[in-house]
Amino acid sequence: MLILSIASVSFVFLIGIGLYWRAAPLFEEQTLLSLFSASEWAPSKGQFGFYPFIMGTLWVTLIAIVVALPLCLLTAIYLTEYAKPGVRSVILPLVNILAGIPPVIYGVWGIFFVVPIVREYIAPQFTDYSSGYTVFTGGVVLAVMIFPILVSIVSEVLRTIPKELKDASLSLGATKWETIKKVVLKRALSGIVAATVLAVSRAFGETIAVLMVCGNVPIAPTSVFDGGYPLPALIANNFGEMMSIPLYDSALMFAALLLFVIIFLFNLVSRIVLHRVESKYSAS
Amino acid sequence: MTQHPLIRVRDLNVHIGGHHILKHININIPDKSVTSIIGPSGCGKTTLLKTFNRLLDDTAEVRVTGSVLVDEEDIYASGAEVTHIRKKMGLLSQRPYPLPMSIYDNVAYGPRIHGIRKKTDLDDIVEKQLKDTGLWEEVKDRLHTSAAKLSIGQQQRLCLARGLAVEPEIILGDESTSALDPISTHKIEDLFVRLKEQYTIVLVTHILRQARRISDYIVFVYMGEIVEFGPTEELLLNPKEELTKQYVKGFIS
Repeated sequence: MLILSIASVSFVFLIGIGLYWRAAPLFEEQTLLSLFSASEWAPSKGQFGFYPFIMGTLWVTLIAIVVALPLCLLTAIYLTEYAKPGVRSVILPLVNILAGIPPVIYGVWGIFFVVPIVREYIAPQFTDYSSGYTVFTGGVVLAVMIFPILVSIVSEVLRTIPKELKDASLSLGATKWETIKKVVLKRALSGIVAATVLAVSRAFGETIAVLMVCGNVPIAPTSVFDGGYPLPALIANNFGEMMSIPLYDSALMFAALLLFVIIFLFNLVSRIVLHRVESKYSAS
Repeated sequence: MTQHPLIRVRDLNVHIGGHHILKHININIPDKSVTSIIGPSGCGKTTLLKTFNRLLDDTAEVRVTGSVLVDEEDIYASGAEVTHIRKKMGLLSQRPYPLPMSIYDNVAYGPRIHGIRKKTDLDDIVEKQLKDTGLWEEVKDRLHTSAAKLSIGQQQRLCLARGLAVEPEIILGDESTSALDPISTHKIEDLFVRLKEQYTIVLVTHILRQARRISDYIVFVYMGEIVEFGPTEELLLNPKEELTKQYVKGFIS
């Protein structure tokens, strides 16, 4: 079992090293900094700027979490604190079914449902013209996709909070809502952070649904109603094609490495944050 | 009864999920004294205590009939406002449950909820309540550290201070010393005895010696009914009911 766990950990390193090795030819042509900051993407001319893709990934993920987190918190609070047990036992399994729907179906749903709404109703409020294939659309579709994981984990976390702690607050004359805001959410903070980390990690890597609704234009978005091109979509769209272009496969490998590093750094940072939160109010 | 009763319970019945937990409870709890509710496990002691501040409200499938009058106000009347009722009572549960915040914020929590915002006022309240519960000297240098870092006995006294900070009339204790070591237990018991000059104290306990040490009156509950109620010495030394006699002697527990 020790060997198995070592093997699984070493996989992470092997993948990292493998990606680096395959991407290495690219570094001979350009410096790391220029790869990050250049925004020209013209493989046939040998120009590989990753800035638009990094921004695309970050925008879509950020929008997804900004949309999903408040809704998920309210849903989880309703389910654990207010809903009757009967309602809860119907809704939670239904939410979990959402998690089992294949991403491609979310993509189709995004194209037929979210894209037209964004194009016809939402975007015209803010900009002159939008195709509907925007980072905002991608964010909304992603938000729906991470909704179940967030709701079920946050509900689970809220359920572990002892009734006596809530009673303590209630018996001081606090209302239920005050208790939830000031005691329950505070106690659940580390769990909520952990759930968000999981959801964001999933959002970073989500490929197919985002690829279908984001527009896939290699230009860094300047507003939420611009198209974007997240890293996973770049890899999925182009891998196996146009391999005759020099350095193209190295560039895609570098995209994969970037995604890998972003997720790795994100996990690292959130672990540190989590540790801070936990040690501040360690459970009694 | 020489003292004016503060809590009057009239024909109180509690059903939880089809079980008749409390049956036809009638009792007057005297003001400014310690009343202990004793009885075997599962007899309804804690449920009775929780009816006093309506903490049963959130329990699933609960039905309460009858009335509980606090200061002549029926807390189960349809217009009764629950936060106002709960503010009148401080609850001390079996194990201390400090709120997930600093020592200072724990004590200031109640007053803040009830609209006290001024820092100097809050400072005064925190200092007074921590002094009243004997914690001040132990924690005055680390008021802003997490309450979870205190020892369990200190936490329980902090919970008491937190309850007193909303200026209740009644203190409800639900086996408040059962998780504590003897020294901490002793400190809490001393506090109860001292606090009864200002507050009405109702305690649930399964320790007869504790009931004897600190209470003025004892209620003996068995199978959801009040068997006997009277002054401590009288009930323990000279019980009128056969069931009480058996419980006090340790034949039933």
